Order: sequence, then C-alpha cells, then structure tokens
Amino acid sequence: MAVTRFCKRTYEQDLRIFQSPSAKIFLALLLLFLLTFPAFGGRYLCYVLSLCGIAVIGALGINVLTGYTGLVSMGHAAFFGIGAYSAAILSTRAGVPFWLCFLAGGSIPALAGLIVAIPSLRLKGLYIVVTTLAFQFITEHVIYHWESLTSGDKGIQLPHASLFGFSFDSHAKFYYLILLTALTAAIFTKNLAMTRTGRAFIAIRDRDVSAEIIGVSLTKYKIMAFTVSSFMAGLAGALFAFLNNLISPDHFTFALSIQYLAMIIVGGMGTVLGSIIGAFFMTLLPEILAAVTGPLSSAYPLLASRIGAVSTIVYGLIIILFLILEPAGIFGIWLRVKNYWKQWPFKY
Amino acid sequence: MDVQLQTLIQLIVIGLAWGSIYALIALGFVVIFKATDIFNFAQGEIMMVGAYIAFSQVTFLNIPYVPAFLITLGFIAILAAVVEILVIRPMVGEPVFSVIMVTLGLGNVLRGVVGLIWGFDEYTLPTPFPTNPLSLLGITIQYGHLTTILLTFILLIIFFFFFKYSNLGIAMRATAEDQEAAFLMGMGVKRIFTLSWIIAALVAAIAGVFLAGVSYLKPVMSFTGLRALPAVILGGMDSIPGAILGGLIIGVAENLAGFYLESYLGGGIQEIAAYAIVILIMMVRPYGLFGAREIERV
Repeated sequence: MAVTRFCKRTYEQDLRIFQSPSAKIFLALLLLFLLTFPAFGGRYLCYVLSLCGIAVIGALGINVLTGYTGLVSMGHAAFFGIGAYSAAILSTRAGVPFWLCFLAGGSIPALAGLIVAIPSLRLKGLYIVVTTLAFQFITEHVIYHWESLTSGDKGIQLPHASLFGFSFDSHAKFYYLILLTALTAAIFTKNLAMTRTGRAFIAIRDRDVSAEIIGVSLTKYKIMAFTVSSFMAGLAGALFAFLNNLISPDHFTFALSIQYLAMIIVGGMGTVLGSIIGAFFMTLLPEILAAVTGPLSSAYPLLASRIGAVSTIVYGLIIILFLILEPAGIFGIWLRVKNYWKQWPFKY
Repeated sequence: MDVQLQTLIQLIVIGLAWGSIYALIALGFVVIFKATDIFNFAQGEIMMVGAYIAFSQVTFLNIPYVPAFLITLGFIAILAAVVEILVIRPMVGEPVFSVIMVTLGLGNVLRGVVGLIWGFDEYTLPTPFPTNPLSLLGITIQYGHLTTILLTFILLIIFFFFFKYSNLGIAMRATAEDQEAAFLMGMGVKRIFTLSWIIAALVAAIAGVFLAGVSYLKPVMSFTGLRALPAVILGGMDSIPGAILGGLIIGVAENLAGFYLESYLGGGIQEIAAYAIVILIMMVRPYGLFGAREIERV
C-alpha cells in the first residue's frame, strides 16, 4: 500500500538507501544511460560530462565539510589545486605511475586539510570562512610564485593517464574512470551519513556544544571532516589534471571555491543527490550561457568584449534567487514535486 | 636623515595611506556586522561601483570633483537601500552561511554590471590634487595619500561620536546587541538595518574614490575589498576603532613586508602578507585586538 512508504516501522527501513522500487529502477536506467553515453554522445559531450563528474566528486567533498559538518570552507579550490598539482608534478617530474599519482593527488591535499583543520578547531562560522579564505589566497599565491616546483604561469603539461599498460588516450576512455570514481564517491558519501562518523558530523553542524557534551569529540571529527573533504577534492583535482592534460594557476582560483559552494547550495545542501544535481547544474551553466551569448556577441560586436560579464551576472543572480526563494535548492524543489504527486489527490 | 630611516618612514607613510583605504572598507564591514550580524562580502564591489560612478561623472559629464563626489554618495546610498530591501531583508533569520553566499552572489552581480556598462579596460580617475608630491623633511607624500589619511582620521572621529553619543548611533548599537529587545523598545529595527547598510556603502564609496585616485580603476578593484578582511579580523569584527586600527596596521605591514621580504620570499609577497597575518591572528587571538568574546549558550 502506498501509505506505508511514509511510515518507517523498523530501523531496517530507515537505513535503506532506496526507499522504493521506483528509485532503484530510475537509478538503473540512469546508470545505463551514463554507461552507454560515449557511444552516442560524441567527444565534446564526453568531455563536458567528464567535467561534470569531476565537479560531482568535488561537490560531494565540500558537502561532507559544509553540508554535513557545517564548517564553511572557502578553500576548496585550494585543495583541488593541490591535488591537481601533486598529481601533475609527480607524474611529470618523478615519472610516478598514474594510479599512484591519483592516490597521491588525494593524500597530499588530505594532509594539507589536516594541517588547515588544526587552527580551525576553535573557530566557528565566520572565522572559519576567513581562515579558509586566507588559506585559499595563500595557496593561489604559492602555486603562482613557486616557479621551480609548479612552473608558475606556464602551467604543467601531463601525459595521458595509463593504468597497467592500458592508456586512457581518449576522452571516452577517461570518462569511464571518472564515472567509476564519481559513483564510488557518491556511494561513500551516502553511506557516510548513516555511520557513526556521519552522525557525529551532523551533530557538530546542528549544535556543536551539545555534541561535545554527549561525547562527540569535536577535535577528532572536525579534523576527519577536513581530511575526508580535502581527499575528495584532491582526487577530483588529480582527475582534472589528467583530463585536461594541462593545468595552470588560473584553474584554481577563489571563483572556483565559490562555484563549489554554489553547487551545494543550488543543488540542496547536505544531501548527496543535491550535490550531484548542483554539480551538473553549475558545470553545464557556463556551457549553456556560452551557447546563448555566443550568437549574441557575434550579432552585436560592440558587446563582444563585455559579454563575459553577462555570465557573471547570471551566476550571481542564480545564487541570490535560489537562496531567497528556494533555500533547499533544486533537490528541495524535487522533493516537493515528488511529495505532491505521491500524496495526490490528498493535500498531505 | 640617513637613507634607511628615510625609506622606512616613506614606506610607513604610504602604508598609512593604503591602510586608510583598508580601514574605510573594514569600517563598512564592521558597521554592517555590528548592526545586523551579517558579513557583507560585497563591500568591495560597492566600493568599485562608487569609484566608477564618480569616474563617469568627472570624465563623461564634466562635473567637477567635489560635486561628483557628493552625487556619487547620494547614488550609492540609494543603491544600498534598494539592495538591502530587495536582497538582504528576505534573508533575515537564515543561517550565516546562506547570507554570506547571498552577498557573494550580490558581489558577482555588481561586478558583472560594472563590466557590462564600463567594460574591462583600465581607467584613471582625474583628481584635483596637484601631481607633484608634497615634500616634508625629505619624505615625499602624494596629495592623494595625504587627503586619504586626513579624511579617514576625520571620519573616525565622526563615527566615534556618532556611535557613542547620538540617538541613532546608540539605537544601532542596541539593535546590534539584542534585536528583539530593541524591537520591543520601539526602535525601528528595519530602518536601522537599512541605515547601517547605507552608512557602510557610503564609507565603501569614499574608499573607492580614494583608491581610484591613488591607483587604477578596473573591475578587479573589488578584490582589494577582500584585502580589507584581514583588517576586520585583526581589529575584531564588532569594533569600529579596531577596524580602523586594523586597517592601518595591515596597510603598513603589507608595505613593509613587500619591501623588506621581497628578496627572501619572492615577488608578490605584498598581496598575501595580509592573509598570512590573518592565519597568525586566528591561531593566537581569534577575536582580534578589540573584538568581544562570543559566549555561546546551549
């Protein structure tokens, strides 16, 4: 009966990831679509979807830190960049094989996250924002100026990734690797929320003083949140480095940090599906805007140099409108629509 | 005077001038934070809008400097009121994070609009100051710098007396401390919010006009606004003298670091000296020099 779906009568029911058979069917269809996409998508769309996948991993990372634990971090792009540069430097300077670069691309930012977490332990809300902001700018600066390590402005060029002799030399092949990582990240984050650690994170977000009183060690879990989040950001960065085969300091600016925060806000903060939707939305938005403003700037050539400003305006407006009108994000809209139809024709 | 000391004093003077600009921007941050508990990341962009409006008046409409300055202030006041009512008022009661993101979004919109209307080229704001710097005891001070320092000093005194003795200033402090109590006592809390935004925007606009006077006018100016954040943190987020002192210290520290540490740590150290100071303060004294300790009750 439809009604029993709303009442959870056993703990088992509560713990289930898929609350109904239709969710499983939908997910299976989605997986089928994603797996077969390169066959009919074409090179450019594969690239765009790969970017979306990387954004998903990054968004899930910031979701763990900000959505689950409530520590707003403006330094996510810095960890992303550290991951990308670690992978790039290890791969080009030391000839380290891809899978090790990949893991190092996650571990080195995780270490950095650990270090950043320590002064953040006794800070809250706004102060963490400013500290992570300072970290972001300092990292940007170091990446730009430490020429001997990062070749500064010139950027680093990477070879194609290769795993045990199998070379990922096309966008389609690398797409599958990114898909796999993104799926793993999503399952990991979804399960994280249901474990003891995840519940500790959520407790810290809701009322950290009370959490400490009931025995949740703030130190341990805040450091863990930073580390996990930076690890995921670093993995995403490493994948980005190998996807693009070229990275430079202006890929990892403050604007990217804001983009990640916007992803989880627009998508729906604190939810896995929200982060995924937000990641897709914010990655596809520049593409759509470019498609729209492209013809516009060729029609009015005077506007051409200023047309970039339009995307900045749209970007800002989306953030503002979503926060004022729909704080729960796209996922919130989806939930409302879904519940409306589930309960139709009843009101509640 | 021997050269080393002269250089040092010269650097300090320039540092004070830049510090005054940071102090003004920091003042804007603190005024809004004190009254509404909101951190307005769009201060840098409001500053930029003020500078561009002044520029347009002086260059395209041929309005002389001082009236253009005053008209700019009027325009910015209206802009701030509109922004506050349309964008910030609906966010009352939302978590801190949401409001910060709204101000960031607002900053993006303002920056985009400026880029759209004025383009991304670099302009110079013509100022009525003589171009030859003033020379005092062997130290050269630009007139622009001197005016900035003097005006900031005057503003500091005005604000000090405003918040301490005037009815409106006391009302703003009361609202900052306890919104509900202020509301129950009959103070127009909504009007006070709007007023604090207007004051912060005016201060930012003044800072913008001076910044355009001593350096160039371009859309990335708004990132200078973010450089004032360390000043706010150093001084304490809810302290006005702290903001000004913090701004001056950051300005001087940046300049000194830029000159003396350049050979050790490479170029560009000036840009991040301020952020390094932030991290240091966060570890040692998070509430800043004059900030009040936040007491949380569960």
